[in-house]
Amino acid sequence: MNRFAQSWVSAALVLAIGIALMFGLPGVMDEYTLMQGTIYAIMAILGVSLGFIWGFGGILCFGQAAFFGLGSYTYAVAVVNMGDSTVPFMLAIAVPALFASILGYLIFFGRLSDVYMGVITLTVTLILFNLINSTAGPEWKIGNAPLGGFNGIPGIPTLNFPGQVDKALSPGDLFYLTMSCLLVTYLGLRCLISSKIGRVIIAVKENEQRILLLGYDARLYKLFSFTLGGAIAGLAGCLFANWGAFTSPTIFSLAQSAQIIIWVIVGGLGTFVGPVVGCVAIQWLTTQIGTQQTFNSNLVLGAILVVFVLLVPRGVVPSLGLVLEWIWNKLKTKAMAENAACPQPLLPEVKFTAPSQTPSTANAISITKEQAA
Amino acid sequence: MDLTIVVLIQVLYAVASLVIISSGLAVIFGMMKVINLAHGEFMMLGAYAVIVSIRFGINLWVAMFIIAPVAVGLVGVVLERLVIRRLYGRMVDTMLATWGLSLLLIGVVTSIAGNTTAGVSAPLGSFTIGAYSVSSYTLVIIGVAVALGLAIRLVLLRTQLGLIARGTMQKPDMANALGISPSVVYSVTFAVGASLSGLAGGLLAPLTGVVPTMGGAFVAKAFITVIGGGPAILAGLVSASTLFGAINQVATFLTTPVLGEVALLGAAIVMLRLLPQGITGRFFKGTL
Repeated sequence: MNRFAQSWVSAALVLAIGIALMFGLPGVMDEYTLMQGTIYAIMAILGVSLGFIWGFGGILCFGQAAFFGLGSYTYAVAVVNMGDSTVPFMLAIAVPALFASILGYLIFFGRLSDVYMGVITLTVTLILFNLINSTAGPEWKIGNAPLGGFNGIPGIPTLNFPGQVDKALSPGDLFYLTMSCLLVTYLGLRCLISSKIGRVIIAVKENEQRILLLGYDARLYKLFSFTLGGAIAGLAGCLFANWGAFTSPTIFSLAQSAQIIIWVIVGGLGTFVGPVVGCVAIQWLTTQIGTQQTFNSNLVLGAILVVFVLLVPRGVVPSLGLVLEWIWNKLKTKAMAENAACPQPLLPEVKFTAPSQTPSTANAISITKEQAA
Repeated sequence: MDLTIVVLIQVLYAVASLVIISSGLAVIFGMMKVINLAHGEFMMLGAYAVIVSIRFGINLWVAMFIIAPVAVGLVGVVLERLVIRRLYGRMVDTMLATWGLSLLLIGVVTSIAGNTTAGVSAPLGSFTIGAYSVSSYTLVIIGVAVALGLAIRLVLLRTQLGLIARGTMQKPDMANALGISPSVVYSVTFAVGASLSGLAGGLLAPLTGVVPTMGGAFVAKAFITVIGGGPAILAGLVSASTLFGAINQVATFLTTPVLGEVALLGAAIVMLRLLPQGITGRFFKGTL
């Protein structure tokens, strides 16, 4: 049974929309609005990174903000020291990935369960937040770059074209870069989950015991997806440091981590579009809340999180996806019925059954065991 | 000599405050296997309960030991009925929902009290050991921690209530068959846990600034202590508090308070790699 969410049609559709937005928006938006678009896209990359490790790898990381912040700080420190931004850009991906792999090693090879995983990642985020926050004095610097403590690092040089230090990216260029990073990430992850490795990653999430018995080292696959998630979050962090030419410890904060989780859970687990949709919707909402005084943004975000966990554990996109899938299957059944007009006995009847029960969020995934099989 | 005593008192104090911070969580997590990420906000509510009571002219001790636990316990009952009840057995979902609750509570309190720091001054003054001055309130915290530990032990082991609670946690359907309603027991246990958190918040109100976001500073420490402690509620709580409190205080003494916290959390992560089941998963098995 081919499902719409897994088909290449949906991937092509998403890419087409993405490319249309990427080349369409700069035409219709002024520079300020375009920069808003850039931050949405940066956060969407961050959302996708968690959407991947949580929705496909089954790893609930409460500290995705740690990798995000680490990426942005790495870029800031490296670019201040080096001048040319090519190596810092790569470092901003490599350092969080390395950090994620060390942390992942401690967690997965210690065989800690998902609950402990959540608490440890939360703790690590807090450690980083406390550490960076306390580096305010002039004695705290790496090379020429003062860390600035709670004041953050202002005036970070923007990315330049590789090798040409004087040619920095304009805000428009940054938008193109961010959108292409988002689309490449999306496409890369889609390819990954349809490859053999990807299937094993999903299988580990579905039933770790069984995959161990089949002879796969589940810990390695988890470590791989966790590291990849860290790298993607680092990329988003690097772009974030570029976006405002500023980074501060607040991006390590619990509120930031909470936001990422809310994006993913609102958008929907087990899809890559979901986190993007959730991210854009929640970001937009937060901005709207910021313009009025009646409701505090924490209050609204908290209420959204509780309501979604209780009432819509699948998230928005998979719920919509079910509708699309129904149409898709209807069309397929119709086509098959036409083919089967010539008598073909013993042909199994194709029928679509929507999952009737709502499983827990961790398992609330549109991709089920038939893909893992 | 004087310095040794002072450092010893400080270490005891660090251990005691970890016990106080974590006891509410230990009851809720240890008994019900519910990860309550709103624990820090329960403490925050307790602290605000003390602040508000004092504004109404109520005695500080009454506010701390009676009003804060009762108020937060009531909040706990309401939240358990509305949210937590629907999520028993779904650990990850509970974690997310309680995190949502924590944001919600921060939001509510910020809307009411504003994002400003309130505070009460520590009562009782201080006494001196040689050339060093120690706040008497430190001793109160240590005393309360000891009393709390004993009380939890007595209630769970020696009373009818404790027996019913432990039985229900082990086999809810059997308890149900014997005429005990598990849902009531869950409610009560959650309320007790919440009121312990409220008590902790009230006790710490004179020591920390009271802001709506103060819970974040405690929740990670509390979790690390409870999880590091392992399956036995009381033995785990005490052993993990002792270990982490001592590490924290010694590192603080040698470097800065921030690095002390970092040392605590770092030690906890390393320890969980070595003892994934927590301290009582390996040692003191079968204790409470």
